[in-house]
Parts: sequence; C-alpha cells; structure tokens
Amino acid sequence: MQGYFSKPSPPSDDRRWKLVDGTMRRHGHEPSALIEVLHTVQESFGFLTQEALLYVAKSLRVPLSKVYGVATFYHFFSMKPAGEHTCVVCTGTACYIKGAPALLKAIEETAGIRPGETTSDGKLSLVTARCLGSCGLAPLAVYDSEIQGKVTPEKIREHVRGFMEPAVAVCAAAETGVGA
Amino acid sequence: MNQDDLKNIAIEEQEKNSAIQHEIKVCVAASCISSHSDQVKSALEQEVKARGLGECCKVKGVGCMGLCAAGPLVSSHHGEQMFQSVTASDAAAVVDTVIENKPAPAAIVLDPKQPFFAMQKKIVLENCGEIDPERIEDYIAVGGYEALFNALTSMKPVQVIEQISKSGLRGRGGAGFPTGLKWSTVAKAQAPNGKYVICNADEGDPGAFMDRSVLESDPHRILEGMAIAAYACGASKGYIYCRAEYPLAIKRLKDAIRQAERLGVLGNEICDTRFSFRIEVRLGAGAFVCGEETALIHSIEGNRGTPRPRPPFPAQSGLWGAPTLINNVETYANVAPILRNGGEWFAAIGSERSKGTKVFALAGRVNNTGLIEVPMGVSLREIVFKLGGGIPDGRTFKAVQTGGPSGGCVPEQYLDMAVDYESLASVGSIMGSGGMIIMDDSSCMVDVAKYFMDFCTSESCGKCVPCRVGTAHMLDLLAKMTNGTAEQEDLALLERLAEMVRATSLCGLGQTAPNPVFSTLRYFRDEYLNHIEHKGCAAGVCELKPLAARVGA
Repeated sequence: MQGYFSKPSPPSDDRRWKLVDGTMRRHGHEPSALIEVLHTVQESFGFLTQEALLYVAKSLRVPLSKVYGVATFYHFFSMKPAGEHTCVVCTGTACYIKGAPALLKAIEETAGIRPGETTSDGKLSLVTARCLGSCGLAPLAVYDSEIQGKVTPEKIREHVRGFMEPAVAVCAAAETGVGA
Repeated sequence: MNQDDLKNIAIEEQEKNSAIQHEIKVCVAASCISSHSDQVKSALEQEVKARGLGECCKVKGVGCMGLCAAGPLVSSHHGEQMFQSVTASDAAAVVDTVIENKPAPAAIVLDPKQPFFAMQKKIVLENCGEIDPERIEDYIAVGGYEALFNALTSMKPVQVIEQISKSGLRGRGGAGFPTGLKWSTVAKAQAPNGKYVICNADEGDPGAFMDRSVLESDPHRILEGMAIAAYACGASKGYIYCRAEYPLAIKRLKDAIRQAERLGVLGNEICDTRFSFRIEVRLGAGAFVCGEETALIHSIEGNRGTPRPRPPFPAQSGLWGAPTLINNVETYANVAPILRNGGEWFAAIGSERSKGTKVFALAGRVNNTGLIEVPMGVSLREIVFKLGGGIPDGRTFKAVQTGGPSGGCVPEQYLDMAVDYESLASVGSIMGSGGMIIMDDSSCMVDVAKYFMDFCTSESCGKCVPCRVGTAHMLDLLAKMTNGTAEQEDLALLERLAEMVRATSLCGLGQTAPNPVFSTLRYFRDEYLNHIEHKGCAAGVCELKPLAARVGA
C-alpha cells in the first residue's frame, strides 16, 4: 500500500467538478460512496463521461473496471449524452395496460426513434421508465422534467413535434400543452 | 430534547391550529403535483389573502388523499368536504364553499362518504392527507415521536420486540416474514462492530406506489419507526435505500432527517438517554433486483446490486458483515401506532394469520385508481367493485394482478376470497408489496405474461444462469406465441422451462419470475391455446398473422 494518498485534481477547471468533489468529501472518499458520486456526476454533466469515470475511480481508489461495472449495471446511469429534450414514457404495468405501447409507437412514427435512442439532430431523446409511481394517472409521460398524466398518442405527437422544431414552436407547444 | 420539550412543541402547534377556523388542505404528493396542485395551492393562498381571511383560514399542503385519478384533490372541514380536479381558476369557488357555505360547482364536488373513503381503515396512512409532510412540528402535533420517546424512557428493547411480536405484524415487502421474529434475531446477534437498520424503499414493482406515497406524505413516520427498531435491535446507524425515480420522496426524506436532527429527535443522546441514531439516504439507480435484501446491501456498499446465497441471512451478516435489520417502508410505518396502542390492538385487526391493514395501489382498468388501506381479509370483490368503483367503459372484469412481476393474476372465480398472505399464495399469486392492477377484457393474458417476462429478463442481474438464460428463452417462447409462430410443443417447453427457472434460480427475482406464466397458464390456458392453435387473440392486443396467410405461406 502507498503510505500517503493524494487526491488527483479534476480533469478540467469546469466548475461542475466542484459538485462532484463535494459529494466525495461528504462521504470521506469512501469507496462505498461510488453510486452516490456517480449520481452527482450524472446530475451535473447529464451523463457519465469516460473522463469522469477515470477521475472518480482514482479519487475513490476503486478499480476503473469496477466503476465501469457499476455504471453499466444500473439502468439509471447513462454513458451517452442525452438530446436537447428528453421524453420519458412510463412502461409500468398500469401504463402498459392503459396504452403505453401506443405512445411509443406514436413517437417512433413522428420522430423516428425507439426507446434509448436520440434523434440524429440531437434534439430529442426517448427513454422508458419502469414505473414513475403515479399509476393513478396512467399512461404517463415526462417532457423534460414536467410530468403529464392521461397522455394520448395525439397529445404526445404534438409535444414531440414541438420539441423537434425550432425554438419558437417549442414555446408554443409548451404553452398549449401545459394545461392539457 | 426530552419528553417535556416534545409535549411543549405539540401543545404550541395544537394551539396555533385551534386558532384557525377553516383549514383548506391541498394534496402536494407527486401524483397531484403532476396535475398542477402546486398552482392550485398558490391560487388558494392568494384568494384567501385577497379576501383578508389570513387570520381564520389557512391553506395547507398535505400528503396523498388517495384518489389520485381525481386529482388535484382539496379537502376542508376535516375531510367532510372534498373537491376533485380542482384548477387554479376554481380557487374562488372553493373559498366561497368553505367559508360561506355556498354550493360548489358540481364538477369539482367529491363525495367524501363514497365507499372509496368510507370503507378504508387507516393506520399506515392515518396522517396522509392530514399533516404537512414538510414540517416536523405538524407531525409532532398529532402525537409524532411520542412512541419513540416512550419506548426510550419506559421500555426495554425486549419489551419493544415483545409488543411487535404480539401484534402479529408481518413484513409488508411481500414475503410476509414475522417482523417480531426478525427483530429479535438481529437483537440477539453478536455485533462487535455495531448493527445497522435499513429501510427498503426501492419500490421496484411496476404499478405499485404505496411506499412512494407514504414517504412523500408522512416521512417522519418512517424515521420514527426506524429509530424504534434501532433501539430494539441495538443499532446506531440507519440507511434508507430509496429509488432515484422518486425525487420528491428523496427531498422530503432528506428534509425530514435534517429537521429531526435539528430538534434532537435523531442524533446523539436522543431524549436524554444514551441511545444515539443517525439515518442516511442512499439512492438506488434503477435496478429492480436491488429490492432483494442481499442485492440491496451490495448496492449500499457501492457495488453492483447482485444477490448472494442465503444463509447467512442479513440478520446475522449483512451490511459490511454486521447484523442488519431490513424492513420495508410500510412495515416501519406500522411500528409507531403499534407501540402507541399496544400489540393486542393491532392483532385484533385483520384476518386470523395476517394482522392489521394493508395498503394497496389500485391501478389499471378501474374507475377509482389510487391508494387504499383496508383491513386484511377484505374480499377482492369489495376492493375492485366497491372501493375501486368497478370497471370503466362498461367492460367486463377479467383478472387482478397482484405482486408485480413476482406475482400472478387472480381470475373472477376468486373475487370473493378474503385477501391475505395465505389466500393469495393459495391461488398462485402473492401479496407482494401491494400493487393491484385490474384488467378487463381488453387485456390479453399471454401478452401480460410476456410483458412481465420482458421485465424480468431485462432486470435479471446476470449472476446465475437459470435466471439470466431461462427468462430470455421464456420470453422468446412467449413472443412466438404472441406473433403467431408458436407450435404446440412450445407450450410444453415453456412449462418445463418455467419449472426449472423457479426451482434453480439463486434469488427471489428468478425464483418468482415464472409466476405470471404459471398463473396465466392455470386460469387462462384457453387463451394460450387460442394463440397457438388458431393464431387468434380474443382481446385484439397481439398482432397475429391471419390464419389464411399462414396456410398459404
């Protein structure tokens, strides 16, 4: 064992590394804090970059193989950058029974992407969730961070079109969509 | 902080509340918030302020009132008056009704005496929809933390466990293991390096949202239950393992912990005794298998969430090798009321072998989707047709799915069965954590089995072969059935494979993964045969090739 451990310095002077460092410090740089730290990385950067995995591995003294193993094991972590907008469709049982497959089909028809994919222009990512826990409002979709219940294929099409178009149209869609 | 301080806070808070004549409660749990109840709340606050009623009328954000489908919900006069689907523009009408007793528009009136509310018995959810989940004082005013302080000052740990054992409480996570027995095993375990208490809030079953509602509506209840458990078992550190998909629940838990530490109901030397207890929240990261206790422990330790063979059970060797108590959210929520009212009180509720109440999440093809709490032993028919208000759109009931991907489908002939752990197991399902998905004739049971198998396949952690490979093959077979390419022998193969996966998988996920297949085969075998022999799907869900096209091919 090395007698003295010196923490590596962040890969860049991006201020978001301060948040990551903060979480590591709060947990005393314990290897057991790995998942908590990865949560902070994803929250700050949107996804887990290779650079971040290396930095976290060194800082927590965990083998990179293990960091990679943990990052790929859990569905919540993403190693790909997300699109400008995200649309989450819940595929829990209640939503499934009440028509989530039709919603996914509607998005595929409108934007040409399947769950886990991002449009080629980087405008929209489609994600599925296992259950968002608002089953009373099934089927559910989340546009960026706004949850919407009792979604129909028509409504989701309208929203997706809004996301795909230039900024002016997005605002218009958001205004009409919110009260629905 | 000691008992007198606690009492003073309660009295002060009660006095403050009694000065207010009218209290308008707005649900601020996740379901209603996604229907914009936060806007409703601020509109009501503005309305009250504009009319100069600030002195006698208070708008309060509260937890889940249960009937999520009709949200956002608003209640007043201690729940005797309720409003549904309220929007910000209804604020004036609501205030008119509450203060001046004017009749409210019919569209927003909700009958609080309907069976959905009247037939419930609330223990776990008693504070949900009543108190402000973001204020510890509100919880203390309704007797919160009293049970903990009483236990600390006037009961020995053994006596606490005795009350829990007497109550007959069983684990609400699904398996129904007697809670008292689990506690005493941990209490008796030798622990040179301390013990741990863990709350399993990784509610992974799709279609279940009981724990989320409790965490969002009454977070202090869980902290109190955990602290009592820690005292009984001799632990000084606790973890709440909560799904990252529940951001509101996580925020409220963290706030609650901070408030409790500030007041001194958690932390060092609680209630001037030598008992110290701290709680940390750990986030899950979207792995269903982490609901399994050994996988959950691995995840808290910062590893991949894979299970390990038991024994040793976590009660002997759990988190970092120390004796560890793991209970579900709802189990902890039952602890404080049991200590407050005594074990016998709890044992008098429910059926012979399953005591107390159970919270169910009603969802799917039912009119009243939402959260209910009923005594164990109530019949499924009452739950679906009285509390649930029956099936919408004039369709017919087909089955109720309980227990999520580990459970099964209960068909119509068992609707009059009293619901408890044993009865559900006897018909091939399980109690599970309490999700109930109601299905009507628009659901295809083969497709439902495929849905759950798809879930288990992608959630299998990959550690043991039967689960990793077996579920994938079962999914293939089910996919063949639903796309019209299955042969008769595929059915026999599916049954053999299901039995093998059940018998040889390492953990509960794999062992119970075939349950949806078993139960649908048991009660809806004709649907399977119809898919295979006639390439037909009565519900019209599966996109089967027409028979003629196949013959021609």
